[in-house]
Amino acid sequence: MIPLVTEGEPLVRWDWIGRNLGEIGSLLADHVLMSVVPILVGLAAALPIGLACARWRRIYPPVLGVTNALYALPAIAVFIMLIPFTGIGSRTTVMIPLALYTLSVLVPSVVDGLAAVPDHVRQSAVAIGFGPVRRLVRVELPIAVPVVMAGLRVATVSNISLVSVGALIGVGGLGDLFTDGFNRDFPTPIVVGIVLTIALALVADGLLLALQRLLTPWARAGARDARASRARLASPERTAP
Amino acid sequence: MNAILEALRWFGEPAQWSGPDGIPHRVAEHLLYSGLAFLITVLVALPLGLLLGHVRRGRAASVLGFAVVAAANGARALPTLGLVILAVILTASELVPILLPLIVLAIPPVLVNAYTGVQQVEPWLRDAAEGMGMTGRQVLWRVEFPVALPLVLLGLRTAAVQIVSTAAIAAFVGLGGLGRYIIDGLARQEYDTTAGGAILVIALAFAVQAAFALLYRLAVSPGLRRSTAS
Repeated sequence: MIPLVTEGEPLVRWDWIGRNLGEIGSLLADHVLMSVVPILVGLAAALPIGLACARWRRIYPPVLGVTNALYALPAIAVFIMLIPFTGIGSRTTVMIPLALYTLSVLVPSVVDGLAAVPDHVRQSAVAIGFGPVRRLVRVELPIAVPVVMAGLRVATVSNISLVSVGALIGVGGLGDLFTDGFNRDFPTPIVVGIVLTIALALVADGLLLALQRLLTPWARAGARDARASRARLASPERTAP
Repeated sequence: MNAILEALRWFGEPAQWSGPDGIPHRVAEHLLYSGLAFLITVLVALPLGLLLGHVRRGRAASVLGFAVVAAANGARALPTLGLVILAVILTASELVPILLPLIVLAIPPVLVNAYTGVQQVEPWLRDAAEGMGMTGRQVLWRVEFPVALPLVLLGLRTAAVQIVSTAAIAAFVGLGGLGRYIIDGLARQEYDTTAGGAILVIALAFAVQAAFALLYRLAVSPGLRRSTAS
């Protein structure tokens, strides 16, 4: 293999990064926008669909068939098929497939999450007089949060890495740094793009974990109780003379 | 809508059906590269995942298993296009550096599913197998692997579909296959060529998906199929 990059050309030219901070920042902002909007849209669509599938189990297998098919669609091919409708170089063209992808990941998560609600919990809610809507919002959805969150984290991280494929049709957020680096045979922007994409995914994943802790305070209380009881069990040995 | 009809007309032109830029040749190329990447992925990830799931005893094994799953999940964040371009720009544009990112990106689903599939086998099933006098290897091949098969196949399917679509993206750095139509069509501003390529890539992804559905029906034991239909 003959190295294409000439001798003396470093993997990262720090001065290039310094000079292009503004441009990199605006690509990063674009990237965040193009990954967050599809997640919100996908979640908003997946909740009612998932609820309907959990309520009427018979429609779940066909819905699952559709979401599996959506999941298998190569992003680049969908971008191309959308061009006549939404235009090349338009953010919408990139965001529609990502929203569909989020939807396909989240519908099973919502259904599984609701299925994880223990029956005695549901019956307790009925027994203390909760109607269907209040039962759903106050009891069933909160219990489903960990499972839905697991799906949301997968979709978010995948979306953040998929946005960059949009660079092939001219709107890829940080992905534009990849095509730019390739066209100029210059590795610095490519490395910067890869590092920032991974960092963005890590930050988003961390935020979702924090949100999950916030939404499920009982999980923390449970862990604390478990720790406390372990400590109680262990303490006699330690205080024994 | 007109643009899509143009693309369908593109399929009818005789030029599309012969020569090195013809559809049969491009499909064969795409299958060759994808198949090669998939084969290497399976050879690397499947034994490792099965083995990690099988060896549960001991702290070191569980820490290693956890680390592998965490790393594999983290790999989801790697941007495909960036890796492919970096691999090509840092080396000469030969086949190996282009296939390398395809393999790296396809390993996580195979590895994680094989690992969790075997690891989640009910302990009493394993105990029963050992009670019948099976050796560790027999437990893995005759009990754990068949029970884990639905998850293993799901991992293989995810990896295969992903390789097919990433191979199309890799056309940007010169890989042959169906992605050529997409990238060359975009460069020449011929939408019908690009859309024709996109339709072919979608068809190939669905064919791969269907092949795995068929494999699932053939390979997974009927008793398991009822409880884990996918």
